[in-house]
Amino acid sequence: MRMTRDDIKTIADQTVELMNLRGLPGDNPDGHFKKAVIVCRGTGCTSSRSDKIQERFETLIADAGKQDEIEVVRTGCFGLCEAGPVVIVHPGGTFYSHIEVDDADKIFNEHLIGEEPVKSLIYPDALSEEAILAYSEVPFTLHQRRIALRNCGHIDPERIEEYIAHDGYRALDKVLFSMTPDEVIETVTAAGLRGLGGGGFPTGRKWMFTKQAEGATKYVVCNADEGDPGAFMDRSILEGDPHTVIEAMIIAGYAIGAHQGFIYIRAEYPIAVQRLEIAIEQAKEKGLLGDDILGSGFNFNLELRLGAGAFVCGEETALIASIEGHRGMPRNKPPFPANAGLWGKPTLINNVETYANIPVILLEGAESFRQVGTENSPGTKVFALGGKIKNIGLVEVPMGTTLRQVVYDIGGGIPNDKAFKAVQTGGPSGGCIGADKLDTPIDFDSLKAIGSMMGSGGMIVMDEDNCMVDVARFYMDFITDESCGKCTPCREGTKRMLELLEKICDGKGEKGDIAKLESLAMTAQLASLCALGQTAANPVLSTLATFRDEYEAHIEKKSCPAGVCTSLISFFITEACIGCTKCARNCPVNCISGKVKERHVIDRDACIKCGNCQEVCPVNAVIRK
Amino acid sequence: MVTLTIDNNKVQVPAGTSIIEAAKTVGIEIPALCYDPDLEVVGACRLCVVEIEGDPRPRTACNTEVAEGMVVSTVSPNIRKIRRELLQLLLDNHPNDCLTCQQAGECYLQQYAYDYGVTFREHDGARRGQPTARFTDTSSPYILRDESKCILCGKCVRTCAVVEERSVLSFSGRGFETKIAADMDETLEGSTCVSCSRCVVACPVGALIDRRLRETRVRAFNAESTKVICKQCDYGCEYEVLDDGSETVIRPLAPAGGRPLCLTGRLRVEAEYASDLRKPYVKVETEKGRKFKVVSWPEALELTNVLDRIKDLE
Repeated sequence: MRMTRDDIKTIADQTVELMNLRGLPGDNPDGHFKKAVIVCRGTGCTSSRSDKIQERFETLIADAGKQDEIEVVRTGCFGLCEAGPVVIVHPGGTFYSHIEVDDADKIFNEHLIGEEPVKSLIYPDALSEEAILAYSEVPFTLHQRRIALRNCGHIDPERIEEYIAHDGYRALDKVLFSMTPDEVIETVTAAGLRGLGGGGFPTGRKWMFTKQAEGATKYVVCNADEGDPGAFMDRSILEGDPHTVIEAMIIAGYAIGAHQGFIYIRAEYPIAVQRLEIAIEQAKEKGLLGDDILGSGFNFNLELRLGAGAFVCGEETALIASIEGHRGMPRNKPPFPANAGLWGKPTLINNVETYANIPVILLEGAESFRQVGTENSPGTKVFALGGKIKNIGLVEVPMGTTLRQVVYDIGGGIPNDKAFKAVQTGGPSGGCIGADKLDTPIDFDSLKAIGSMMGSGGMIVMDEDNCMVDVARFYMDFITDESCGKCTPCREGTKRMLELLEKICDGKGEKGDIAKLESLAMTAQLASLCALGQTAANPVLSTLATFRDEYEAHIEKKSCPAGVCTSLISFFITEACIGCTKCARNCPVNCISGKVKERHVIDRDACIKCGNCQEVCPVNAVIRK
Repeated sequence: MVTLTIDNNKVQVPAGTSIIEAAKTVGIEIPALCYDPDLEVVGACRLCVVEIEGDPRPRTACNTEVAEGMVVSTVSPNIRKIRRELLQLLLDNHPNDCLTCQQAGECYLQQYAYDYGVTFREHDGARRGQPTARFTDTSSPYILRDESKCILCGKCVRTCAVVEERSVLSFSGRGFETKIAADMDETLEGSTCVSCSRCVVACPVGALIDRRLRETRVRAFNAESTKVICKQCDYGCEYEVLDDGSETVIRPLAPAGGRPLCLTGRLRVEAEYASDLRKPYVKVETEKGRKFKVVSWPEALELTNVLDRIKDLE
């Protein structure tokens, strides 16, 4: 049924009554539900069968006839994916981690029917001697500030009513009935929001350019082609809160004078695609998409376009080509999409996370948004924290937070007492930042100044066991694969850089190889057509800047200091060997000899360096050197 | 009009002109492999980079428009270094075959390598297609393709797409594996290629070769050239008659001014000027797909009926 303006409030009031336990300040334990079980249904937890966990809770509650007392809610990502599948029980915000289907029965019986939290299933960091910490109180959550992810973990993404109950579509109502398009753009400009897909271009200015561009037909596009290895920020926003992006795109359409929008999303994100489809359908039913939205006279339609997963299609001109049905290859800019985008028409392209901030900015005002973050980079940034870090997951922090805070306070530091070596930001286009720069505040300009970039938000932590030449090789391998093949420096240059890196890792590096790398890197940087090629060498240049000694060790001493590059290491059994024979039994090529209870020896000529012996040794007597 | 400076020359050109065209007006040829003023400009080869005062990034001259007061350098040391490295990257992935290449003397890559002093070098890295020059598609009696020589400038794709119903060639694959494919990666014989040879005249290197020309072993730099106009239809496409003293052969010229080129036209010019008439082929649909078939000259020129009637009259 189509909604009127008044319906927004009615639906919100009715729904919020039934959302009385969602782990938010407004929770009312005396409200409708007495308990709420929140099940994370992001991709990570769902692939660990959180769908079955949700079903099991629902069955148990239905069988006990408690549907009116205990609510089961499917939500988007909580962030701490490492602890998944995650289940939270309110009131109290009890944080259950690594839950399996059978655990549902135990939680149901002991915590939901009885009143006793199941301590054995609670996330270890939430357990202290005195008390059980709520999800919102564990260090991982405590230091974060969620704006783009504000609804993830609190609402059911497949129910538009829940989004409306959380101030959803109120910004749209405000914009359509009390603001001119120019006022909308002024507010976005005043907020200082910058493109969170990585570029950092001022969003308000982009909107203004597109509005000012000549042409009767204009388009709004959402770039959801997140492709950095290990990044899942946009995916999580779309899975957890699809309506926020839809609302923002309608607002953008109103501001620039467009009536058609496209969300370009990769087909490898099936849950996000499905939730977007549901959300668009619901928004259409309610008259929030289509003609005469909320009776304002403004029309806006939205369609999905699925990408086939090419990394380069995140580049806006390649993305446009792909939506148009052409091969995803970038073209030269100018003209910029703001002037000549989809089918040659002025087109506004923003990334998912950028859009997710729009409703908040318009509802609460630019000043309020600027309270968070830094002068030149206001607001927050979502990062997908991964690699050698305890708390792997999704974090959202105010701009200006230092890398150290993210790695140690939120990320919990490096596992197994290893030493921090570097953090890679910006994905394959970014760079590796060494320990000496850990106190750099995270904002667009500071990261660029130290040779990395914000990028879309991948953040991979590396420890002493990571070889930086190998890391550079990994990223170059990715880029070589993902280069579209159009321009010479990227197509040919990345391949040659990769070959040089492989050669160095293989112990065949020669004097002069570093110079060759640097020369190729400069050419790619200066002469490539699009940002993919222009930044392709960043992982090489940034590791060379901070870890040049590692390159030199590979080339000159034929050694890999981190013990990663197999051609340059050998395995060795120390005197600590107790002669348990485990290594010999697990060696696939039978190159370990030794008697029981005597020190074993590896035949280095026959060894294939698989590392099995080191893994199975109970006394850490096997070392690589 | 816009006034700018290119390599210390004052240049005056209409607004909207590209730097590469503006440079031509004062006799400066900026090297470019993928640029053709008659085709969509794509800026893919990057060889035409130039330095613009005040701009930290080199720009491609083919798709950067002139601006009032712009100061352009096309020969700065930095620019020459980038061009040399780009040429080296192309040569590193190109067979050292100029001695026997049909394109020798007309090859842009050869010319620029000479201009910039870049040479072939031994390396054990990857190479596109065959490691040594070898025609990879010999299915057509008119066009020879050699993927190992392709520099992926995309001119063939663009010129093929100009005639909408042709649009046979396209890019396939990605990155270093990118190549030019006919239809769904078929041979020229199996594809819908109409043998018009637009791609052959567009190719700046020896990746697409006129097979009938190669079979005569006449190379352009050895022959006297005369331009002739095809009379097959109103378009009047241009052909070149090459005479090396012992043999006269013809080949199509670039299809300027919206002229399409076609196989019938080519055969007609061949019949008119070539010293030795080679067998004509036409493509036919068979149960095994599209095949080339030898036909009589009257059939190839679609003159069978006319000739029969003339014979009757006589």
